Amino acid sequence: MFRNVAELIELAESESKTIANVMIEQEVEVTGRPRELIIKQMKNNLKVMKEAVERGISERVQSVSGLTGGDAILLQEYMKKGQFLSSETVLDAVSKAVATNEVNAAMGTICATPTAGSAGVVPGVLFGMVNKLQPTEEQMVDYLFTAGAFGFVVANNASISGAAGGCQAEVGSATGMAAAALVQLAGGTPSQSAEAMAIALKNMLGLVCDPVAGLVEVPCVKRNAIGASIAIVAADMALAGITSRIPCDEVIDAMYKIGQTMPEALRETAQGGLAATPTGRELEAKIFGMSLNKNE
Amino acid sequence: MKYRTVFDIIGPVMIGPSSSHTAGAARIGRVARTLFGQQPDYADIYFYGSFAKTYKGHGTDVAIVGGILDFDTSDKRITNSLEIAKQNGLGIDFHEEEAITDHPNTAKVVLRKGEDRIELVGISVGGGKIEITELNGFQLRLSGNHPAILVVHNDRYGVIAGVSNVLAKHEVNIGHMEVSRKEKGQEALMVIEVDQNVDQPLIKELEALANITKVTKIHD
Repeated sequence: MFRNVAELIELAESESKTIANVMIEQEVEVTGRPRELIIKQMKNNLKVMKEAVERGISERVQSVSGLTGGDAILLQEYMKKGQFLSSETVLDAVSKAVATNEVNAAMGTICATPTAGSAGVVPGVLFGMVNKLQPTEEQMVDYLFTAGAFGFVVANNASISGAAGGCQAEVGSATGMAAAALVQLAGGTPSQSAEAMAIALKNMLGLVCDPVAGLVEVPCVKRNAIGASIAIVAADMALAGITSRIPCDEVIDAMYKIGQTMPEALRETAQGGLAATPTGRELEAKIFGMSLNKNE
Repeated sequence: MKYRTVFDIIGPVMIGPSSSHTAGAARIGRVARTLFGQQPDYADIYFYGSFAKTYKGHGTDVAIVGGILDFDTSDKRITNSLEIAKQNGLGIDFHEEEAITDHPNTAKVVLRKGEDRIELVGISVGGGKIEITELNGFQLRLSGNHPAILVVHNDRYGVIAGVSNVLAKHEVNIGHMEVSRKEKGQEALMVIEVDQNVDQPLIKELEALANITKVTKIHD
């Protein structure tokens, strides 16, 4: 069983296995469930992610509060004009991350990766790569197991909860997971995956959790968007041979300690940050002044 | 290790928007329902901390009622659960509590049907994972992620040994076990997390042991 990224990489490289395979084997060992069932469950998760992405880029979903919805479509329409500044892959990934989070905010069906508020980054990056890398279903499932392996380390050694560790623990973790998994999908080595995770997470350190009106919508949806772009750039950097001076496990540990020293007002309490801006407060008053319950 | 499986990280499949406030709440409701073993006539739901402040926007209310109706986190009926509850004759009262709890996402669920009553306190710890921290006044820690057996018994010597002997005979492995009691020699509770689902004959065998009051099982 691997407890940290160093052990995960050691297991993969010493036995010439992919990180996805190490994760699957551990899952078999810990749960006693057959390999086929585990892969089948992940395939189902992949299907849920695909459906959420497709819904978000084709249907103008709107959250109950009215705070979010429709931006994934705006991005897709913008891309069609061909005048964009970053790359098509990056923008496609960003729009699909947004799509997932918009569906989530509208109480649609999603797969939490690692949480619902941060569910956009991992599938956004994956489905943004479909045209460029043309992955098979098996490779896409492997991508999810790789992302899961890195997330597993973060969850057990630090945190994946915004209330416990700020948004760095949610969208930050998701960004690191996506970066590491994308390296594998693009043909990189396990240690390059670890470097990508470290580089990506470093750039999410200190990110506070300050949801307007306490809802996982503003600023969450746009943080998933930019998280997806950071994941792609970090993966490219690692594939170019760039390493992180601070090892991945130490970056994860730093993230955890930053979360612990973060004031409570900035950990999902809606007491500080963007939630406490005049506009944030105004939106909060407006939302809680109306009934959010469709059934009432 | 707090998280055991990759599906705690890539998953659960759920109705949005929040794994803590929606999926976790649905799971708390469902554990209460499973332990109650029947559909209640009435549910009192108490929200604390962040649950109390944001439950409407996060659909925590519809999610927890969905759980009480035995819906999974991914069941689309969750969004209409209040209406479905009404159709099924399930009365519901929500209570926004001011009390400060150990965890910011805490809910108490009281289910009633005739004379039967269950009171359960659960917390949502992130990513859809939950823990049950209190059951009918007993302190405990139950994740709800593994099959578990709950045994209400009299606090006497040999009761725990008797229960574990029966499990050993059926080749059921204990993953985690907790025992608690309100007062020495009085009513006590065993919470036993096991590796595989247990069948009814085993439950019957446990119930037949001396000093056992009630045995309930809870599955994945």
